[in-house]
Amino acid sequence: MQLTDQRDIKADPATVWAAILNPEILMACVPGCESMTGTAETGFEAVVVQKVGPVKARFTGVVTLSDMVPGQSLRISGEGKGGPAGFARGGAHVTLTEIPGGTRLSYDVEASVGGKLAQLGSRLIDGFARKMADDFFERFQQTVEGPAGTADGTAEGAEPNGGENDPGGGEKKKGWLKRIIG
Amino acid sequence: MPKDGGIGASTVRREDIRFLTGKGRYTADINLRGQAYACFLRSEVAHGRINRIDTAEARAMPGVLAVMTGADFAAMGGNPAGWHIPSRNGEAMKEPKRPVLAHGKVRHVGDAYAVVVAETLEQARDAAGAVVADITELPAVVDMAQAVANPDLRVHDEIANNVCFDWGWIEDNRAAVDAAFKAAPHVTTLELVNNRLVPNAMEPRASIGDYDPGTGDYKLYTTSQNPHLSRLLIAAFVMGIPENKLTVIAPDVGGGFGSKIYHYGEEAAVLAASKALNRPVKWVADRSESFLSDAHGRDHVTRIELATDLEGNFLALRTETLANVGAYLSNFSTATPTFLHGTLMAGPYRTPLVYVNVKAVFTNTAPVDAYRGAGRPEATFSIERVVDKMCRELKLDPVAVRRKNLIQPDQYPYTTPVGLVYDTGNYPATLDKLIQIADFSGFEARRAESARRGKLRGLGLSTWIEACGIAPSNLVGVLGARVGLYDAATVRVNATGNISVMTGAHSHGQGHETVFAQIVSDKLGIPASSIEIVHGDTSKIPFGMGSYGSRSLAVGGSAMVKAVDKIIAKGKKIAAHMLEAAEDDIVFEDGKFSVTGTDKAKTFGEIAFSAYVPHNYPLESLEPGLEETAFYDPANFTYPAGAYACEVEVDAETGRVEIASFACADDFGNVMNPMIVNGQVHGGVAQGIGQALLEAAAYDDNGQLLTGSYMDYAMPRADDLPMFTVDHSCNTPCTHNPLGVKGCGEAGAIGSPPAVVNAVIDALHRGGHTRVTHIDMPLTPSRVWSAIQN
Repeated sequence: MQLTDQRDIKADPATVWAAILNPEILMACVPGCESMTGTAETGFEAVVVQKVGPVKARFTGVVTLSDMVPGQSLRISGEGKGGPAGFARGGAHVTLTEIPGGTRLSYDVEASVGGKLAQLGSRLIDGFARKMADDFFERFQQTVEGPAGTADGTAEGAEPNGGENDPGGGEKKKGWLKRIIG
Repeated sequence: MPKDGGIGASTVRREDIRFLTGKGRYTADINLRGQAYACFLRSEVAHGRINRIDTAEARAMPGVLAVMTGADFAAMGGNPAGWHIPSRNGEAMKEPKRPVLAHGKVRHVGDAYAVVVAETLEQARDAAGAVVADITELPAVVDMAQAVANPDLRVHDEIANNVCFDWGWIEDNRAAVDAAFKAAPHVTTLELVNNRLVPNAMEPRASIGDYDPGTGDYKLYTTSQNPHLSRLLIAAFVMGIPENKLTVIAPDVGGGFGSKIYHYGEEAAVLAASKALNRPVKWVADRSESFLSDAHGRDHVTRIELATDLEGNFLALRTETLANVGAYLSNFSTATPTFLHGTLMAGPYRTPLVYVNVKAVFTNTAPVDAYRGAGRPEATFSIERVVDKMCRELKLDPVAVRRKNLIQPDQYPYTTPVGLVYDTGNYPATLDKLIQIADFSGFEARRAESARRGKLRGLGLSTWIEACGIAPSNLVGVLGARVGLYDAATVRVNATGNISVMTGAHSHGQGHETVFAQIVSDKLGIPASSIEIVHGDTSKIPFGMGSYGSRSLAVGGSAMVKAVDKIIAKGKKIAAHMLEAAEDDIVFEDGKFSVTGTDKAKTFGEIAFSAYVPHNYPLESLEPGLEETAFYDPANFTYPAGAYACEVEVDAETGRVEIASFACADDFGNVMNPMIVNGQVHGGVAQGIGQALLEAAAYDDNGQLLTGSYMDYAMPRADDLPMFTVDHSCNTPCTHNPLGVKGCGEAGAIGSPPAVVNAVIDALHRGGHTRVTHIDMPLTPSRVWSAIQN
């Protein structure tokens, strides 16, 4: 499964770049992430709980950042093993472009699964991966833009789970509505 | 009229009473004192190098008794292929070792590499989750064309291009076939896929290993279609234990369709684990494991060409096929695409020149082997589809074309250009019968009625033949078989006159207990209720080759008749003594031995009693007892044949196909139990319709099985099927077995897929979508709709 999308973030590229390299922000943005440790240089160890169709599992795995061109682009790759549930892996090639008032974040995502996840959930993987990617970048945007940015752009249900990075915006409905009608 | 309960009666299946009331005893129902439970770890990647398997944590978990990996079985033998197929250039086929558990590499998703044995199943599963396998994923090869073309992708490191063999049949005829094509007025070419199927027996595989440390005997309860073959493979090839120290019991088995012919690694693993632990070890597959690790069926990619004159007379036929064998060679995987496929490419036709090329290809997928029909559905589908395409190209009537190319009744025995000798048949008769029972003449009115409802109606036809009743051992020996294919039966008349029949055939749903009892009852004139059919236990039955290839009746039944004949012959000797008459004057009829021309007679029961209480008995010339064993090795294959018609309605808006009617006119030779034969045809046609419309095993490019459950693998259900019209009145008895039977188990699955597809193509053409010449199975709404749109 592959998907390509982009979103505009109200922050300069340097801020966005720094956020991508920050494990706390990554943890806040990966849906279902229970823990993430490590550094951008050595890779992160992550525990993620997710449910794909009938299969719910706790995935333990690594997230690595590679092909880094500071301030411009990088590749985020993750692979997690979910025990009897199988494995999931995915990657996103992320490109940052400066635009008036912020940064355009473009991404190409691919994802694949194996084991029980593939046997039971293959039909659901495309939708699941799309939702994971959307949620991730939505949260990322929200986190980077911070509470001040909530006027434009928080998705319903995209509740970040990292305490100090929680923008806690009270105007989520507005951002969600704007996306639908805009 | 058939005798009540004898040959030809539609006797109700005696085994159904226990099956339908929950009294069947399947392997999973068997629980042995002290048994432990096994859980297998299976590869999640299609291809990978096993670096390390860390079992320490799992071993320390509650209830865990043992964790075994491929390394523990590395010294054991491989699970062998039962048939050697040399390549056209004379090279031997490639036979990579198929270990009990994967060692070094895993080669398909579901390839078992370790087994955990624990006190309970739950503990075994929990511990399996704690086994840490460090496996480096390697590039998988899934697509056969890519497997052959890309030298860098290897399922087995030592096999370049992943080709097991490149077989030509018959190679000496190739030049003549090619010449005929060059000179032919018309050539029709068709490229098609015979879709990969998952067998889906109702009962998943299961095995219990039970080692007796006191005697050194091994016992294996397992879901097998042929316990003696499994015993031979395990004892002589895999585990190296004396055959007499291993008993294999296949109790009630809930369907096989071929997938339970083969020996699987789990069987050896539970035996070895049982010996290591001094406890019985039980394993029952869950449905996911069945999807991943049962041998799949079909999976051919074929290019077929038919050369004709402009009147549709067949001049020559040529095929090139890539046949998927998966990651390892299953026991019959090399015979299925060759001697059960290439030898049938003449079909029921007089095509004078035929050449078949088959390349068997390794891929990182589950092994592929015989599945109901086994090679013959693939042959029939290719032939009947290309014939139909030719008829459209030349604007000829598909019935007339088939009729004029059929082998005629006066041509038997008929030697085909692909090495078989059809002993008897009457293919025009079944075709005529089909036209009558399927009401071809009323089709146009039905089509018009469908059109009024906005539906496209089509009529599809197929004729089919198969070689079954496998097989003459000396013939298959020449063709590369590594086993004999006789069967055996023991008829034991007990002192009180009732009978135990031990058969080498195995019933896993066919109804042997009923039909075999009917035959013995008919021959001996005693009630079927006094006859017990014993099967499935190597400690009780003579060495037989089990049930598959529609062979049980033709081969196993013939052995039984031979044994019964020996009983009658001995009974005559006993009767002659008791009646003080010459043996030649004794006649046996209706259960009585009598002196011809007199009223002096002894009943069968009196003779049996005398044999076991031999007070008035010719002991100086005759042994006591009344028990005879016979082995029967057939002189030829049997050749059931028939003609099938399918009517469909296609919704052009959605591409949905509905089967409106399905009719079968078959020649099975003599019919022992018409009701059971009907049931076999119904089941086979249901599976054929499943293949044609619904079923497909799909792997993604990484070798992940995407259709690993019933959410994604569509099985036919009752509402997908019409009422079937089944006729088997046009029978020509087999000329070389004592019952004159041919076999009916696979027919439905062989003849039906091309009839369905031909019907859909016909519907589309009648609806004006004349550019659609072929749609690959399964004909899902999406595929049919796309074909219409393009």
